[in-house]
Amino acid sequence: MRALVWHGKEDVRCDTVTDPQIEDARDAIVRVTSCAICGSDLHLFHNFIPAMLPGDVMGHEMMGEVVEVGTAAKDALKVGERIVIPFTIICGECEQCRRGNFSVCERTNRNKAIADKVFGHGTAGLFGYTHLTGGYPGGQAEYIRVPFADRTHIKVPNGLSDDQALFLGDILPTGWQAAINCDIEPSDIVAVWGCGPVGQMCIRCAILLGAAQVIAIDCLPERLSMAEAGGAVPIDFKTESVIERLAELTGGKGPDKCIDATGLEAHVSMTHPDSILDRGKQMMMLESDRAHVLREMIYVCRPAGVLSIPGVYSGLVDKMPMGMLMNKGLTVRTGQTHVNRWSDDLLRRIEEGQIDPSFVITHTVGLEDGPEMYRVFRDKQDSCIKVVLKP
Amino acid sequence: MSTMTKISQLARHAGDPQILQTGPSSLAGIDRCAKLLGWVGIWLGLVKLFAPRRVARCLGMGGKARLLRLFGLREIGAGILTLSSEKHVGMWSRVAGDGLDIATLLAAQARHNPKRGNVSLALALVVGITALDFVVAQGLAARHGRGRGERRLYPDRSGFPQGLAAARGAAARKLAAQPHSSAFS
Repeated sequence: MRALVWHGKEDVRCDTVTDPQIEDARDAIVRVTSCAICGSDLHLFHNFIPAMLPGDVMGHEMMGEVVEVGTAAKDALKVGERIVIPFTIICGECEQCRRGNFSVCERTNRNKAIADKVFGHGTAGLFGYTHLTGGYPGGQAEYIRVPFADRTHIKVPNGLSDDQALFLGDILPTGWQAAINCDIEPSDIVAVWGCGPVGQMCIRCAILLGAAQVIAIDCLPERLSMAEAGGAVPIDFKTESVIERLAELTGGKGPDKCIDATGLEAHVSMTHPDSILDRGKQMMMLESDRAHVLREMIYVCRPAGVLSIPGVYSGLVDKMPMGMLMNKGLTVRTGQTHVNRWSDDLLRRIEEGQIDPSFVITHTVGLEDGPEMYRVFRDKQDSCIKVVLKP
Repeated sequence: MSTMTKISQLARHAGDPQILQTGPSSLAGIDRCAKLLGWVGIWLGLVKLFAPRRVARCLGMGGKARLLRLFGLREIGAGILTLSSEKHVGMWSRVAGDGLDIATLLAAQARHNPKRGNVSLALALVVGITALDFVVAQGLAARHGRGRGERRLYPDRSGFPQGLAAARGAAARKLAAQPHSSAFS
């Protein structure tokens, strides 16, 4: 089969690889009909997430048709069914899964011993991600083996297109969880840093959850225009002072809730000296993540507010204003997404027409064009916001 | 398949896909060229940093060891930048550094320098590398610049089929109406 394979920093290729096979009774094999390039794939593309190995199949946002089912998954899945595959692999039985904390499932990370050493306690297995999360082959491929398939799936009802359902596996529940983590009240002003695909979902979810106002911060006109279309007030940090504009929009009080949908690759700008220092340190391997957005959120957030962090961070950050965080009484909530905690509810909202996540797709191409689209997405060319691949 | 890819197969789980045939890469020739120049820059920088007196003697620039050491540091910095994802910035910093190298070598071409021949050779080499650096820097800007492709805005993509006004608070209203079928359903 063909698959997008990571060969090293900025080197993704469309290779021919061996087909996956059932390895366990709970497995299923899925023929991938749609998959997407996620913002966090770019962190892997840049080799900012440790423990990638050359030869890893990329991709953690995918859906398709079940073509083979292991004996223990036959009650839950049938050949021919269309499913979205959540990026977090879940057993559905461990204590964390029973609590709904699916992204920290205690059984699905097949490299748990190493992950325990690195993180203190390992997290769930993830598709197409680092070997610290199991090193499972990803879904930017023609076929994928889904371990624990009897629980790791979201069935797609007839009538929903791939484009409408695909993002149930990652960015839509990620945006939803980020907004839910904000405990949005009707009077709340929510500021979202980063208007990439996850930021766009955060904006829509904050609107749905009743925020009085949503403010979107980015520097790319196409992203800001999409954010504005979704009901946000845009701030272009290249032409405006974020701090001054937020003060103006919130009557000097600051946003009640702040969402970091940027993560470890915050934009480096001459107007943000700390971002230049972060980039220098990151290059010299003195720091793994660029934390400008976190610092800015802590500074501008209204006291007793909430910082919600769906953006991916990989390791260590410097110069965190802990004194400010503590004295302002801010609450920090973060984590990989507990996809299956939210998927039934979000699927219903899509079916009812409350939201159609396909709005974010700007490019649809074949799998063979994947390597080039990684570059286009990374370089922000052709007004690219979200790439969907059709294997 | 690269040696690293072959070695990494050893750490892989038995059933994971094995590469049968490799396809076109997201890295173009110009990216690989920049990578090579980055490594060459770091290597030359290390030579200048750790053996500045030998380089100075070779060019008849006795007493300039400290300057060469600084140039070595500069070259290592530019090399690291060239190997990063901001490789175009690294390449332009290499071009600027080449200018400094050329100016220094021109000053060393004085008649009384017994190593003028070596200086001329070094100068020719640096001029050649400068031209290559310039071409690669321009190539990177053309390949990776934001200017490529069509510029579009998306003012009609709300993502709310029933409109923005209907969407505001729609989920909150539903949650309030059904307190027990919360968002955790």
